[in-house]
Amino acid sequence: MSESIINDPIKLALGDHRRGWKVIDGTRMTGDINIECDVVIVGSGAGGGTAAEMLTQSGLTVLMIEEGPFKSSSDFRMRERDAYPQLYQESAGRQTRDKGITILQGRAVGGSTTVNWTSSFRTPPATLRHWEKFWGLAEFTEDKLAPWFAKMEQRLNIAPWPLPPNENNDILRRGCEKLGLHAAAIRRNVKDCWNLGYCGMGCPTNAKQSMLVTTIPDALDRGMSLIHSARVEKLSSRNAKITSLVAVGMKADDVGVNTAAGPHRIFVTAKHYILAGGAINNPALMLRSRLPDPHQTLGKRTFLHPSPVSAAIMDGKVEGYSGAPQTIYSDHFLDTVPHDGPIGFKLEAPPIHPILAGITLQGFGIAHSMWMTRLPNMHVAIALMRDGFHPQSVGGSVAIRNDGSALLDYQISNYVWDGIRHALMVMAEVQFAAGAKIVMPLHEDAKPYRHWPDAKRAIESMPMQTLRTRVASAHVMGGCAMGADARMSVTRGDGRHHQVENLWVFDGSVFPTSIGANPQLSIYAMVARNATGLAGLLAAPAAVDRLRAVGAG
Amino acid sequence: MRATRRKFLKVGVASACVLMTARVLDRNVFAEDNKRGSLDLKKIANKDAVCIAALAAAVLKGALPDEATARVIAINEVVEAFDRTVAGLSPAVQKEVEELLSLLTFSITRRLVAGVSKPWDEATEDDVSNFLSRWRQSRFSLLQQGYQALARVIVACWYGNPLSWGKIGYGGPPFGKELGLV
Repeated sequence: MSESIINDPIKLALGDHRRGWKVIDGTRMTGDINIECDVVIVGSGAGGGTAAEMLTQSGLTVLMIEEGPFKSSSDFRMRERDAYPQLYQESAGRQTRDKGITILQGRAVGGSTTVNWTSSFRTPPATLRHWEKFWGLAEFTEDKLAPWFAKMEQRLNIAPWPLPPNENNDILRRGCEKLGLHAAAIRRNVKDCWNLGYCGMGCPTNAKQSMLVTTIPDALDRGMSLIHSARVEKLSSRNAKITSLVAVGMKADDVGVNTAAGPHRIFVTAKHYILAGGAINNPALMLRSRLPDPHQTLGKRTFLHPSPVSAAIMDGKVEGYSGAPQTIYSDHFLDTVPHDGPIGFKLEAPPIHPILAGITLQGFGIAHSMWMTRLPNMHVAIALMRDGFHPQSVGGSVAIRNDGSALLDYQISNYVWDGIRHALMVMAEVQFAAGAKIVMPLHEDAKPYRHWPDAKRAIESMPMQTLRTRVASAHVMGGCAMGADARMSVTRGDGRHHQVENLWVFDGSVFPTSIGANPQLSIYAMVARNATGLAGLLAAPAAVDRLRAVGAG
Repeated sequence: MRATRRKFLKVGVASACVLMTARVLDRNVFAEDNKRGSLDLKKIANKDAVCIAALAAAVLKGALPDEATARVIAINEVVEAFDRTVAGLSPAVQKEVEELLSLLTFSITRRLVAGVSKPWDEATEDDVSNFLSRWRQSRFSLLQQGYQALARVIVACWYGNPLSWGKIGYGGPPFGKELGLV
């Protein structure tokens, strides 16, 4: 094996005693642990990572607990079969209760930011206006959030992507242009990116500015403690205050995925408790802990951007496994549709690797393998449904199984199915417009179509049903909705729980609707704002002034 | 809609009962069969491996190597990867997979629910394909779910394997040398 020309900054820091990183691997604990701190953060993704940086900068003692492993660039070998079990919830096979939607969500230090496809959008102004009008969230206007967006864009190097899109994305652009649909470039959170296309398996060159290589190392340098491979089981509360948290170190298993609880526990006492485990795990933890939920809002309104998929075969090579994924998008069907009309959707072009393509294409045997042999010529488009803006799109609801694990029930309403059918048509039309020879909507009843009118007719009459129509999601949002009215929501706009005074939710689970765009930057900005607010309650005034000055400047 | 739901519930309850019977019998009568074969198995039993091998041959028709020895190696690697995949699932999902495998490998439920009359290692490719098609097109979500879970994991287990990449024109990750991967 040759030596990598890339240094692994995490492994280097862990091996350097002068850095003084306090990191505990939950699978290697030899006994129970008791920890006291100012703030404990559950989860290390976009929300947890951003909060960790803000809070350690203001001089607080912080503990972060992450269920997944602490993997870094030298572990990221661009192989799906290693990456999915190691870095994703349920080996990248997390599903809704009726198995109708497959959810890609990270489970590693850095959370989904370690494995996401780097798409960076500010929250659409229309979404913020909807929140202000219907959720009383006057603090999240475009103007008021602008400095927080700017701050996090700078921190994570979010910028226009200077290279041309890969062919998979350029086909989306060309198809949209042919049809007169808006298409534009997606900004990315990368620095010196090699344009490899393997973001979903962890960035092997540390180009992606995920939490793993930015805020978390920064927080560890400032004295944060990190316990990874440990799952938070329960919060204890008394008189509307959390009194302690208990986590369990995972049990090391034969395959290194470590999904079962081990024998040793971690008992944490903190002044404040921050949940940042995502829209499925946060509600599950709160349900397990039997926290106050007087209006039965907890775990409700969980949103996914449910996404139908359309595949096409092009004459030329596409090589959708190569080059930055998702660099072109179209918001035509968001911008031209009012929130109270038919559901809107965003068009994107995802990476196409063998496993991801294989498990998403319908059918088996020859019909399936024929498609797989065309992998280098395959184009794939997805359409992210903007769920949660209409009375007939209320999202899913999180419950806990007998063993306490999270289970999301998400029934796709007829209103959303109408949008999915519309999107399958649009994607097929775009693909044909860009020169596709064959288009195949991903649906158990679909066949390969050679002409747009045939595809259109077929899609018009396909049964839009769970399991028959392929629906994927890479964005979990909601479940702990924020809002001014405690009867409708779980948290306030500042992230604090309505009923439990020292409990905060700092991630995408506070969104009262979906975002209508890839959510990472929305999470970064809102958490930067809210974590600064929490720091203001706790820290020495001088330190917080410094943070605010950055935020305002 | 209501009729479908009633039927679904009926099938749901019926299969739950059958499953329970299958699992009880499974444990008592077939406990001895749980010995491991020549494959390196961590989680699934030998009889499960036989079933998955038969399914893999049908699911991956046209994708597996044509040459006999290479084909056997490929199927064995799919079975081993299937086993590793199961070992990495959460305990709750692992239990669902165990139930599904019990249903497929217990002879009475294999006949009644899967409609496969011969043991998996004697079933023809057509027998297996017909079973997959029946579950795929079934009106009952439970069976559709079963089909999709099996097909999906088998497909993932094969296309994650570099042995599969030649036929699909995928060259593998780039810059292996620069990144110290080869």
